[in-house]
Amino acid sequence: MSATPVKFYQVGSFAVGNRLLDPELRSAQSEQDRANSLTSGHRACQGCGEALGARYVLDAAMRASGGRMVTVNATGCLEVFSTPFPETSWRVAWLHSLFGNAPAVATGVAAGLRATGKQDVRVVAQGGDGATVDIGFACLSGMFERNDDVLAVCYDNGGYMNTGVQRSGATPPAARTMTTQAVGEHPGNAFGQGKDVPRIAMAHEIPYVATATVADLRDLEAKVEKAMGMHGARYLHVLVPCPLGWGSAAKDTVRIARLATESGYFPVFEAERGEVTSVRPIRHQVPVEEYLALQNRYAHLFSPVRRDDVIDRLQAMADRNIARYGLLEEAHS
Amino acid sequence: MTKPFAITLDVGSSLANHTGAWRQERPVYVDLTPPCAHACPAMEDPQKWLYAAEDGSYEQAWRTLTEANPFPAIMGRVCYHPCETACNRSFLDEAVGINAVERFLGDHAIEQGWTFAAPTVTTGRRVLVVGAGPTGLSAAYQLRKLGHEVTVRDSSPKPGGMMRYGIPAYRLPRDVLDAEIARILDLGITLELGRRVDDVLGAMAEGFDAVFLAVGAQLGKRAYVPAGEAARIVDAVSMLHDVAQGEPPLLGRRVVVYGGGNTAVDAARTAKRLGATDAVIVYRRTRDRMPAHDSEMAEALEEGVVVKWLSTVAHADAGHLRVERMELDETGFPQPTGEFEDLEADSLVLALGQESDLSLVEGVSDLALTDGSVQVDSSFMTGHPGIFAGGDVVPAQRTVTVGVGHGARAARAIDAWLRQTAVVEPVGAPLAEYSTLNTWYYSDAPHAVRPRLEAARRTSGFEEVVRGLDAETAAYEARRCMSCGNCFECDNCYGVCPDNAVIKLGPGMRFEIDYDYCKGCGICVAECPSGSILMIPEPR
Ligand SMILES: Cc1cc2nc3c(=O)[nH]c(=O)nc-3n(C[C@H](O)[C@H](O)[C@H](O)COP(=O)(O)OP(=O)(O)OC[C@H]3O[C@@H](n4cnc5c(N)ncnc54)[C@H](O)[C@@H]3O)c2cc1C
Ligand SMILES: Cc1ncc(C[n+]2csc(CCOP(=O)(O)OP(=O)(O)O)c2C)c(N)n1
Ligand code: SF4
Ligand code: SF4
Ligand code: SF4
Ligand SMILES: [Mg+2]
Repeated sequence: MSATPVKFYQVGSFAVGNRLLDPELRSAQSEQDRANSLTSGHRACQGCGEALGARYVLDAAMRASGGRMVTVNATGCLEVFSTPFPETSWRVAWLHSLFGNAPAVATGVAAGLRATGKQDVRVVAQGGDGATVDIGFACLSGMFERNDDVLAVCYDNGGYMNTGVQRSGATPPAARTMTTQAVGEHPGNAFGQGKDVPRIAMAHEIPYVATATVADLRDLEAKVEKAMGMHGARYLHVLVPCPLGWGSAAKDTVRIARLATESGYFPVFEAERGEVTSVRPIRHQVPVEEYLALQNRYAHLFSPVRRDDVIDRLQAMADRNIARYGLLEEAHS
Repeated sequence: MTKPFAITLDVGSSLANHTGAWRQERPVYVDLTPPCAHACPAMEDPQKWLYAAEDGSYEQAWRTLTEANPFPAIMGRVCYHPCETACNRSFLDEAVGINAVERFLGDHAIEQGWTFAAPTVTTGRRVLVVGAGPTGLSAAYQLRKLGHEVTVRDSSPKPGGMMRYGIPAYRLPRDVLDAEIARILDLGITLELGRRVDDVLGAMAEGFDAVFLAVGAQLGKRAYVPAGEAARIVDAVSMLHDVAQGEPPLLGRRVVVYGGGNTAVDAARTAKRLGATDAVIVYRRTRDRMPAHDSEMAEALEEGVVVKWLSTVAHADAGHLRVERMELDETGFPQPTGEFEDLEADSLVLALGQESDLSLVEGVSDLALTDGSVQVDSSFMTGHPGIFAGGDVVPAQRTVTVGVGHGARAARAIDAWLRQTAVVEPVGAPLAEYSTLNTWYYSDAPHAVRPRLEAARRTSGFEEVVRGLDAETAAYEARRCMSCGNCFECDNCYGVCPDNAVIKLGPGMRFEIDYDYCKGCGICVAECPSGSILMIPEPR
């Protein structure tokens, strides 16, 4: 757990704010004059987790950098819903080039800033899971390997949502997408090796790697702040539920992210130079089924016939995470 | 302005795009009735004053609390706290210790010497309150705050009613009682002690515009118990009364108490403190049917009080009693079995309930009585215009808390009657149900326990058994409150909105929805810990 838990102030560190807390301990999101990096009027779907996650991340980064930063965005929902020419929702210095090159463009921005003596201006590259784990992967790996001074953020909604919910390398097994239909003996996405980019990033032994979700704001903000306090290549992987692609209710976005972590299906941890340094422990463990049941992309696991075999395999993945990261080891309140 | 190559439009903000048009439902902020407030017979709203106590604003908490009830230090000791029984937190871990915080606030206020603000208006109307028990004093307090001239008349040498002459000092120390009563009287209320009202109409004719009857139920019920001449039989209320007066009766070493209510338990615990080696309660039914409060029964048992369940007293004689074993029939009613047993007893204390002395209203033809109680309408007025009644003398649950509530509500009704206006009963908002809370956000926090005096030290005197919380534990306990149905400014709605459509108005001012941009996703509703936002259909 990256954020220091507040011992007992009614809501502790779970809620966004806490009127009983010292002002300097409060979250960026609770500030009346927060940056609102992604402002109102954007065209994201109702309840979009990516819109929420991007504001959480960039507002924290803006606070950490004193507003001195540049954001490079890959193609994807985040770019399309925020910036239909000539309108924009961004209140940060922002630039977009292509689907697959955001880490490379960010490298260039960082180099340019260094060359012009503006090293205090920080660089954030951001994009969806398609942009990060698939098409932009080589650029990302190169940026890591060169240890360029960039914080790369992946908003993982498990698919190419902007173009109509196609499968990506981050689509979880058994999930239904437009290209992995719920038909046949093995409905939905195939069980494969997966592409665990946080661990691949760790294998590059870069200074900092972390995962987070939109369900634990204080944890996410602490990680952004920590990453912004470091130099070199850093990677943050944020789970952002997508009501459209996941077939979930708009109001359940935060709840689903919470169930992903509380079931162990999505491990939340941080690592420095290739070693895991802390994990966010499970508080009230739930079976993976609770997480799956709220999403229509898994509906075929429950009807017309219940697929316990598949649910068990997904549970086994969660159990594997719990064991690997010790998610049940240190209980906190 | 010259534009860069290939650029034809000025850059604009997406604020021009009012996404509120997508909405089919809209979130609205509400204030609901928390279950604690719903359950409080004295009409306190614990959530409100716990909220103030959370950040240590104890004076503000006390002032909010005492708008409804002027006796927090007393309530914090004798109230059976139905608020805690109703508290939503009991579904999560344990109920909030509302009563313990209330007591802390009451004790703290006495320590700090806080006083009530003097009335700001004078109506020139005069009200006579008969009886200085909790009911009468509560009414006097509220009437005085409304600017009326109030006289309280009581036959006893000291005010307090059953709080002084019934409830024993080990549960309610008299300095606490005195302090909270004095503070009410300091508002400028005339208290006439040792003055019994024998004829209510005569008293009213002394120049009062209205009368409030709060004479309680002071007489112990005398059931017929066959007894030899030398048997020593007393009733519990007289016994407790004499103890309170400093003239304890001689009960002997073996005392039997007959009855199953709180008075029976207090009588037995008092007998122990007066030196009885054996204090036995004889009760006709079983423990689960006993009206006495659980915690008091538990404390009594700890102190060595013994109970003979399913038994009645068949005959009393000097030195011993004959007890008959009972059996419950299908309807749960106790039936005699014909099996008898002898019990050694130097005295028998009857605790079979109380009734009211209604001689003061005899001959008031339009004032209706039923089963020994005064009948009142929903505004606490009797059949006689201008004569109101409440507390133990009207049909209701007989507790200090109910009395305080009656007093306050009657005061409002008397005020309206004097002004010739209708009583405005506050319309209660819907109840804040547990199912509407998102309890994920509350820290795990067990109940703070009030220390108790060890049992061995208790029976040697009338020292108070249950101790108070200190300031730190009181704040902790207050913070366990989940603020059901009332925003406590946790900023969740402001944070979780993907559309920045929640406007934070600043500390103490809460939030507003910006319907120009709210898409109606409902995340704020789902993630509000306290269930203070509702989704309603979009008005068309
Ligand atoms: C032993 C015992 C323990 C109890 N414990 C608790 C407890 O722990 N918690 C709780 O909530 N409740 C308890 N109760 C009940 C509670 O005390 C009563 O419900 C409450 O006091 C009723 O308030 P009241 O003002 O209506 O009447 P009372 O308190 O009975 O006051 C009536 C007053 O009117 C005066 N009076 C009567 N007739 C006249 C007259 N003709 N002229 C002038 N003055 C008159 C009396 O002197 C008295 O002062 C207990 C009761 C007893 C007997
Ligand atoms: C080279 C290239 N191929 C394909 C596309 C079409 N395209 C635009 S966004 C997108 C998917 C984006 O997926 P992801 O990065 O996961 O972001 P999301 O929309 O899910 O947030 C695709 C396939 C493109 N813009 N460029
Ligand atoms: S949690 Fe607080 S507001 Fe809710 S019922 Fe309990 S005391 Fe009342
Ligand atoms: S989410 Fe928090 S701040 Fe918003 S209404 Fe509910 S209690 Fe108040
Ligand atoms: S979270 Fe924002 S957009 Fe969604 S319903 Fe609430 S105010 Fe509206
Ligand atoms: Mg995606």
